[in-house]
Amino acid sequence: MHGFANPKRFLNIARWLTTLLLVSGLVLAGGALAWGFFMVPPDRLMGDTVRILFLHVPAAWLGMGGWSAIAMSSLVFLVWRHPLAALAARGAAVPGMIFTAICLVTGSIWGRPTWGTWWVWDGRLTSMLVLLFLYVGYIALAQAVSRDGGSSRIPAIFGLVGAINIPIINRSVVWWNSLHQPASITMGKSAIDSTFLIPLLIAVAGFSLLFGGIVLARMRTLLADIQTEARLRRKAMG
Amino acid sequence: MREGLNQMDFVIAAYAIGVVGTLAMVVWAWLAMRKAEARRDETRRHETRHNEASLDETRRP
Repeated sequence: MHGFANPKRFLNIARWLTTLLLVSGLVLAGGALAWGFFMVPPDRLMGDTVRILFLHVPAAWLGMGGWSAIAMSSLVFLVWRHPLAALAARGAAVPGMIFTAICLVTGSIWGRPTWGTWWVWDGRLTSMLVLLFLYVGYIALAQAVSRDGGSSRIPAIFGLVGAINIPIINRSVVWWNSLHQPASITMGKSAIDSTFLIPLLIAVAGFSLLFGGIVLARMRTLLADIQTEARLRRKAMG
Repeated sequence: MREGLNQMDFVIAAYAIGVVGTLAMVVWAWLAMRKAEARRDETRRHETRHNEASLDETRRP
């Protein structure tokens, strides 16, 4: 891991890996969405709205996965002071926020025909909304620290503390009465028929690859900005 | 199904938002990366040229 923390080595790997992840992610996610939209039969209870599953579930998974990545990278940064770990945390913030927003919007659209309402203030929906606000706060904080030259430890601590919300989201449907259904897929077990499960797993894999590609692209952007700033500062100092 | 709503309208709306949001994010991340790396390479080239010019000046008798 220490070897990978070298920016030059990171760029050597990231240059080809970014394109590979983005292209394979687009192909897999696009294929799974087309499968879910055109080929999957309507569900006995939910009818055609079951097709939203192939977008909503990967978005929810990546919304929570994005913050888990921020928390882990922040921990690595605080303990080992790897500069690339701080970049990885910042790189995961924007895609994590967008996928959380997609999860909330698609869930709301799904809720209208199935529950009869766009929104309810129950545990799952509210904790997911809190996650969106945490992302917005983290991005604003990281940008302010980067602009004003503050310590990178501040957003890292925020990233770690915010991780408390992840198990709350996960257990919310168990702890509180909720319109939202309990988890259909748990470790080694699935309540979903294979007709829906296979395209769902492909969609999750595809969107995860896309997420990885976007995080690498964001890290390369942030690294290039830092290197440019350093050169310009050196030049200004003569 | 309540109020005689057409379920496919909701499916199409969800897919449109999800697909457009994801594609916009991919394009934005890619273009921002290309722009930042081009700017870095330009400052690197400029610095190299500047250093070589300074070196030539010190070598001049």
